[in-house]
Amino acid sequence: MKNKLKVLRAENSYTQEDLADIIGVSRQTINAIEKEKFDPSLPTAFRISKLFKLPIEAIFYFEET
Amino acid sequence: MKKERKKNLYTLAAWTWSWVATMAIAAFGPMYIWDDHSVLTVLAVAVNFVHGILMIFANRRLFNNFDELERKIHLESLALTLGLAVVVGLSYSLLDTTNLIGFDAEISNLVIFIGVTYLVLVTINTRRYT
Repeated sequence: MKNKLKVLRAENSYTQEDLADIIGVSRQTINAIEKEKFDPSLPTAFRISKLFKLPIEAIFYFEET
Repeated sequence: MKKERKKNLYTLAAWTWSWVATMAIAAFGPMYIWDDHSVLTVLAVAVNFVHGILMIFANRRLFNNFDELERKIHLESLALTLGLAVVVGLSYSLLDTTNLIGFDAEISNLVIFIGVTYLVLVTINTRRYT
């Protein structure tokens, strides 16, 4: 799954640590999501979507590899 | 989250150390401290057992405080460690019962194997996601 988390985070001037604290996960998890090595759970995806005021599909999108 | 993590980690460390300490007392006490007094030995083993159970609960609390990625890392590591412990443990036992090794298969060797395997797998899995 692809995502725009890194771009959104930069646009809102959040560090990985800031975002991790707001979402309630570790910094390593934010890093893994940004690098697309790990797909977040639905609750985490919803929290991210709520924070950036965007629908989930505008942040995360599926791409067949 | 971080404060709770630290608290859970310190609680687990405290129970682990007390479990190891009570294990040492139960193992060496009968020989060096209370001269094979059976009531004291039973008491020492019981105390060690209770400390072990409390250590398990502390570990569970820490695990439940993990976030989703950490849980995935630890679950994958635990699954592999459990599988390896069963397979390696039984093979090791077979080597002993068929007299292919010249010494007794000690449970402590398996415990060390489990600990080292889990540590290595957690390190490898953590690196995979960074």
